[in-house]
Amino acid sequence: MSTVAITPDLIAQHQLTESEYRKIVEILGREPNYTELGVFSVMWSEHCSYKSSRLHLKKLPTRGKLVVQGPGENAGIVDVGGGYVIAFKIESHNHPSFIEPFQGAATGVGGILRDIFTMGARPIAVLDSLRFGPLDDPQAGPRNRRILQGVVAGIAHYGNCFGVPTVGGECLFEPCYNGNPLVNVFALGVAKKEDIFYASAAGVGNPVIYVGAKTGRDGIHGASMASAEFTEESKQKRPNVQVGDPFLEKLLLEACLEAMQTGAIVAIQDMGAAGLTCSTCEMGSRGGTGIEIELDLVPQRETGMTPYEIMLSESQERMLLVAEKGREDEVFQVFRKWGLDAVAIGTVTGDGLLRVRQHGRVVAEIPNRELADEAPLYDRPHVAHAGAGRARGRGGEGAILNAQDALLALLASSDICSKRYIWEQYDYMVRTNTIAGPGADAAILRIKENGVSVAMSLDGNSRYCYLSPREGAMLAVAECCRNLSTVGAQPVAATNCLNFGNPERPEIMGQLVDAIEGMSEACRFFETPITGGNVSLYNETLGEGIWPTPVMGIVGLMKTAAPVTRDFKTPGRPIVLLGGIGECDEVRFGGTQYAKAILHELWGLPPALDMDCEKRVHDAMREIVAAGLAESAHDVSDGGLAVAAAECCQGGVGAALHFESDLSSEFLLFHEGPSRILISTANADAVLEIAARHGVAAPRVGITVNGGLAIGNRGEALVSVTIDSLKAVYEESIEKQLWS
Amino acid sequence: MVRNLPGISKLMRFGVIVFPGSNCDHDAWYAVNQNLGHRAEFIWHDSATLGDIDAVILPGGFAYGDYLRCGAIAKFSPVMAGVRKFAADGGLVLGICNGFQILVEAGLLPGALMRNRNLKFICREVRLRTETLDSPFTAAAEPGQILRMPIAHGEGCYVADERTLDELESEDRVAFRYVDNPNGSMRDIAGILNARRNVLGLMPHPERATEPLMGSSDGLVIFRSMVTAVAMAAASLEAAAALQL
Repeated sequence: MSTVAITPDLIAQHQLTESEYRKIVEILGREPNYTELGVFSVMWSEHCSYKSSRLHLKKLPTRGKLVVQGPGENAGIVDVGGGYVIAFKIESHNHPSFIEPFQGAATGVGGILRDIFTMGARPIAVLDSLRFGPLDDPQAGPRNRRILQGVVAGIAHYGNCFGVPTVGGECLFEPCYNGNPLVNVFALGVAKKEDIFYASAAGVGNPVIYVGAKTGRDGIHGASMASAEFTEESKQKRPNVQVGDPFLEKLLLEACLEAMQTGAIVAIQDMGAAGLTCSTCEMGSRGGTGIEIELDLVPQRETGMTPYEIMLSESQERMLLVAEKGREDEVFQVFRKWGLDAVAIGTVTGDGLLRVRQHGRVVAEIPNRELADEAPLYDRPHVAHAGAGRARGRGGEGAILNAQDALLALLASSDICSKRYIWEQYDYMVRTNTIAGPGADAAILRIKENGVSVAMSLDGNSRYCYLSPREGAMLAVAECCRNLSTVGAQPVAATNCLNFGNPERPEIMGQLVDAIEGMSEACRFFETPITGGNVSLYNETLGEGIWPTPVMGIVGLMKTAAPVTRDFKTPGRPIVLLGGIGECDEVRFGGTQYAKAILHELWGLPPALDMDCEKRVHDAMREIVAAGLAESAHDVSDGGLAVAAAECCQGGVGAALHFESDLSSEFLLFHEGPSRILISTANADAVLEIAARHGVAAPRVGITVNGGLAIGNRGEALVSVTIDSLKAVYEESIEKQLWS
Repeated sequence: MVRNLPGISKLMRFGVIVFPGSNCDHDAWYAVNQNLGHRAEFIWHDSATLGDIDAVILPGGFAYGDYLRCGAIAKFSPVMAGVRKFAADGGLVLGICNGFQILVEAGLLPGALMRNRNLKFICREVRLRTETLDSPFTAAAEPGQILRMPIAHGEGCYVADERTLDELESEDRVAFRYVDNPNGSMRDIAGILNARRNVLGLMPHPERATEPLMGSSDGLVIFRSMVTAVAMAAASLEAAAALQL
């Protein structure tokens, strides 16, 4: 046994509280040794145990008629018909991406891909939800630009080489992310229903096999790092960030899928956060079995590694599997073909214990279930969110731009402008399933085998959530479902990534609880159960927390067909605003992009959501797409109606829009009321008939034209601008900001 | 001359080489089997021979990880001996993206592929101008035909010394040029032929442009040209055999 003395200091360094330590002693019936202390500290870290959030996550809906596997496995699984399923999940890699943007983001992609193919599914799509500090921030701007470049290059490096298309996502900017960028990666894969694999160790005597990269000293305590606030010393934690090898992961993917076909594999789990520790005890706990391993057998790339280091290493591109006894050679043969290490390092036992040996001596012995599933659960104090900016109204008058200049400024603003610069660095077509890629309202990937396509959308709006975490979370669910419906897909299931500050602060905990409850309500209403996800807490630097940033990822299903896309196609087509002009007042205007980019203020509440109305709009929209009536469609979101219309003009066909509205031109053009979709159609009557049948307002608001965008209200011309000038500001903005 | 006669079914057989790290192998396979209506089979990188095939495709991807120069390791792969022999015997060899990089490293095509001018990976649809119809890969095109297909590469900037470039042009061996050069390639070169005109390397992905749902079917022009070339070679062999009788 290790001889390091367990002192209160050492316990505190492992971020374990006194009461947590007492629980460990109680479970073991003795004091833990150094290795065991390390093992408990990573498994009971916030990152692995969800100890602050689990109580509230139970409120989320998780069941649905298509859900095959809900939360608790490596990824959620949904039936897509014809004998096929999809596996998908979103995960954060925020802390590593701040410390080392390129490798942090790259290994974020690697980690979520392993979660997908460990279930037996071949990854077919990746989407990213990114948050950075402003690129033009007076102090942090240069660093923010460097972080963005590094994160994007890291995602491209990993995804492109691995051979999975990166097909969409979102990228937004706020000062609260200056010291704490967010990198949330969503991945989705496809499997035959009968070929799903689970991470549940069964069969006493079955061999436990280690495959993939050798174990090194990288990433030790990564999970604990992700469970603490950043301080000045954090920059010294760079060795805690792992280094990714996408080529090795590609080999691992092919070898695992091929080995699964042998029928000799009983269970499989990737080694992600907390590495060998997590994969052994979780597989044992799920299967109600014990696992015994000998560390001398673990492939190591450095000499003299201690049990503590081997058990806590987060070296990438490793998997642990349980094979059927006597059929190991079939598994070894496949991995040999792909040039990968595959070694039996232990066996499944019947005693429920994780028993770790080195040189034959037991160096750790802990009950799997208690370690994996009985981490302390905290009902942390939380105060209802006050709505930080609610009391304040709009400030001084200031110099306000006219409508047209405001539109051009919004199109150039970092949140709204084209992200082509980013997504052209991603191979978004490899595997030739991409029917709608980046820049679309929702990405659409076909499943070649069954004629079904999967649509995917990620959304999170921290401005809305700052004003009201509950309404903001509901709006994110609504927007994802609207995006899916806009392309004609029926939303079926969801995953979530909850990015928040320090949960030990009651107001932050209040944000988390409110957001989860809002998300629960909306997911129930839109019938999109949560099948898995990730919670990332302690997103704080020097005591400054991020705004609450729950990110939703929702998937929808549709028949494979040519997609309905954003851009207007043909001049002379009627334009219909499905859902109508909507309503707005001063309070509901304070969270808009107009308030941010033009007024530089934030107040009031997010736009008001009427879920009944929202759902009717979705139902009508899907019917319009299914009937082949939409020549183009784009939902109205950030920046409001004028921005949505300007985006639809990017293909070269413009529009003339006329309104008869009582709203001020500011509200009319730029309010962000939900439940609205801009459609161009060759058959407006049929569109109006469908809308009427669903009880949805659908005014004809204009016609597509050559050359430009003109918008007027009650005879007053508000906007008249050429497409070339719209395109110039929209397309060139991000590069200008990066190289300024 | 093409080595093998097409089978009785007249279905052409394409061999798609699979290096560790190839990731467009399945796309080439799908394009041939599903959209071209012929047969494709995979050939593992450690095979010394290619087997009974009419043409070989070196697909896109990151062979052996491409952590050194792209294709620098792949050229030592056992299967490359088979590819060299196949090319020397007059077989049709199509190198796409990483496959082009490998053919250049292996010396089957001249020049080199360097980092893109902007030093970033670029994925987008581009337009290619067909520069010659005098090849088994382009014979089915119209003169000067513009083809739409995607690029997806970080190192696609074609470079060669002036003499080589002049030679490629004077021998009519530039198969395709970019209409809007995306990566800084010299003389806008997107794809080139070897002297014998039976080896084509190009950075754009014809296999990703083989059906309307992919956004373009223009890549089929290349594959159909290959099918015609193989069928005609077979027919002329048969005719020659008949004459001898």
